Amino acid sequence: MALINSDMPTPPNSSQTLVIEAGRAERHYWRDLWRYRELFYFLAWRDLLVRYKQTTIGVAWAVIRPFLTMVVLTFVFHNLAKLPSDDGPYPVLVFAAMLPWFFFSGSLTECSNSLVVNANLISKVYFPRLIVPTSTVIVTLVDFFISGTILAGLCVWYHFAPTWRILLLPAWVLLAFGASMGAGLWFGALNVKYRDFRYIVPFIVQFGIYLSPVGYKSTLVPEQYRLVYSLNPVVGVIDGFRWAILNEQTPLYWQSSAISAVVVGILIYTGIAYFRKTERYFADVI
Amino acid sequence: MSTPVIQIENLGKRYLLGAVKQRARQHGYVALRDVISEQIKGWVSRKKKETVSRDEFWALDDISLTINQGDRIGIIGRNGAGKSTLLKILSRITEPTRGRITISGRVASLLEVGTGFHPELTGRENIYLNGAILGMTRAEIRRRFDEIVAFSEVEKFLDTPVKRYSSGMYVRLAFAVAAHLEPEILIVDEVLAVGDAEFQKKCLGKMQEVSHGGRTVLFVSHNMGAVTNLCSRGVVLKKGRMDFDGSAVHAVEHYLALGIAQAQSGASLPPHVLYQKDSEEPEQPYFIERVETYDAQGKAKPLVTTGDTCVFRITFEAEAAVENAGAVVMQFTSYDGAKVLMLSTTPDSGFPCAIRKGTNTVECVIEKMPFSGGEWILGVGIWLGSECACWNTDLCKLQIEPWDVYGSGFALTANRSLITTAHHWRRP
Repeated sequence: MALINSDMPTPPNSSQTLVIEAGRAERHYWRDLWRYRELFYFLAWRDLLVRYKQTTIGVAWAVIRPFLTMVVLTFVFHNLAKLPSDDGPYPVLVFAAMLPWFFFSGSLTECSNSLVVNANLISKVYFPRLIVPTSTVIVTLVDFFISGTILAGLCVWYHFAPTWRILLLPAWVLLAFGASMGAGLWFGALNVKYRDFRYIVPFIVQFGIYLSPVGYKSTLVPEQYRLVYSLNPVVGVIDGFRWAILNEQTPLYWQSSAISAVVVGILIYTGIAYFRKTERYFADVI
Repeated sequence: MSTPVIQIENLGKRYLLGAVKQRARQHGYVALRDVISEQIKGWVSRKKKETVSRDEFWALDDISLTINQGDRIGIIGRNGAGKSTLLKILSRITEPTRGRITISGRVASLLEVGTGFHPELTGRENIYLNGAILGMTRAEIRRRFDEIVAFSEVEKFLDTPVKRYSSGMYVRLAFAVAAHLEPEILIVDEVLAVGDAEFQKKCLGKMQEVSHGGRTVLFVSHNMGAVTNLCSRGVVLKKGRMDFDGSAVHAVEHYLALGIAQAQSGASLPPHVLYQKDSEEPEQPYFIERVETYDAQGKAKPLVTTGDTCVFRITFEAEAAVENAGAVVMQFTSYDGAKVLMLSTTPDSGFPCAIRKGTNTVECVIEKMPFSGGEWILGVGIWLGSECACWNTDLCKLQIEPWDVYGSGFALTANRSLITTAHHWRRP
């Protein structure tokens, strides 16, 4: 049976006709993406399964890493640099920013490598290539939710209750997802052709944590630079997270959020466009 | 039935081999640095256009082919003839530069066994993962799961990570998943080159089943026996162009004669030359230039007969000298794919084969030709230590004239026995 099912004759034109042509914009692209939707799940599932195999404490790493970073950042910015925390406990302040930051930087790093890591898949099987970076971001999103439990723990520890604004958090998660996706698509596609991005991305991540308001509040940035500062899409995301989680007295600096949203929109749009333009020759250059 | 399922029209695929690409071939990728420096060079010298046209390489050129439902097509050709590129375009892995393909029906392509297998995952997990990668849905995999496991014969190790599998188990499991796809068109590239003989037979049987079920099969192989057994139609590719399209048997004939036919178009070759490299064919760092047959006295030997003494003179080119580790290998294969005899300078014969830079010649003397009358496939390869520098398992055809070696009145042919050996009978 298997390969054939002799009792099930196949009419020759049972499926749709496929036309392959040079430079043909894939008409069925989005439909194909939907047809291969299970592959999203399987690739993400594989990465999750593999991630913590042969580690003794397994998933605990997803919690320990951000927790220790939070301790260090709190110590440096709060205890040494004496930055104030008027809206809530400093660890909560830091952690509210670290959640989206780790999500973004993790996605960026993994995404930019994702296509190269899956080179053998790409050069041997057809599927919409967009699945690879997307499922990578989904994996990082799972980590994001796991480390989210620390935040809950911190709130309990400090007897700190968020307000109704926490209900708007999903919107900011969506923005973070968009920022990760857009940047990830760009760097993933670029990395296929120019492996220089293997070195550029860690560099960006290293500096990014200081160029984004992770250890400090964005209100520390002088007013006249604030708009330029907000061009970094993570700034709007982090501000949003803090606004939703902490009881900040200062209202949301909406200009920054708006700029971030626009930047994220542009990133995603151009990211998908660039990705689709380049994915045709992935198999030739990877 | 002759409903066309695949129509290929004027298909072409070009690769650019600029300076940047050459470096890319060395390192496997392009560095931004090179792109920038090329760009600057381009501005300075203003000769960009010239460079582009010079470094083109057409891996496929002007291929037109109509494949009907139920066709079993064997695609054969030397390494670099464009076989794999053709399959990659048909499988939508890469895009053509020119031309158009119309496909009706669900395509499954198997360019490699075990694509996407993850060593850390268990057999069970890999079945699901690999199935999904090959385009099966979860429900489909679940339905076929038991069959897949039964076919692969690895029930006991289903929950062991595949990194602990033996290579045989690994291949069996991988092929089992692929074999349970239900495509209307199956594209297979050299998958049968792996695994042990018994499993290969099983795979071949599976593919035969598929094709007899009225599905269309495209099959690339260097195993001429598999092609003639499995395929009804054969296509020979040569340097990216269609060279022959006809019955599988004729295609194999045509292909094995390529070495001589090509050279003959220029100047006629003496009949003792079994193979002569085509001067237009791109030169590899190491390649076989010519294979000739001589008799014991060193005279050209156009006819090789069972029981004869025959000297195979192999001429090859090397880009660099290799002091100790060089080896030349000859392999004789029957038309149904049985590897009957392999002879090598080292390790088999302990003949030190130092390779000089440039042209080299070695001779292999077979005192009593053991092969029965008929057609054989001769393969020749050059090894540098354990690394293969060039290996053509199907370099050329070797015609053996039947001869009544035993003086029994029966000429020795393949249907009596493939080989003969010196022997005698007696009572103890």
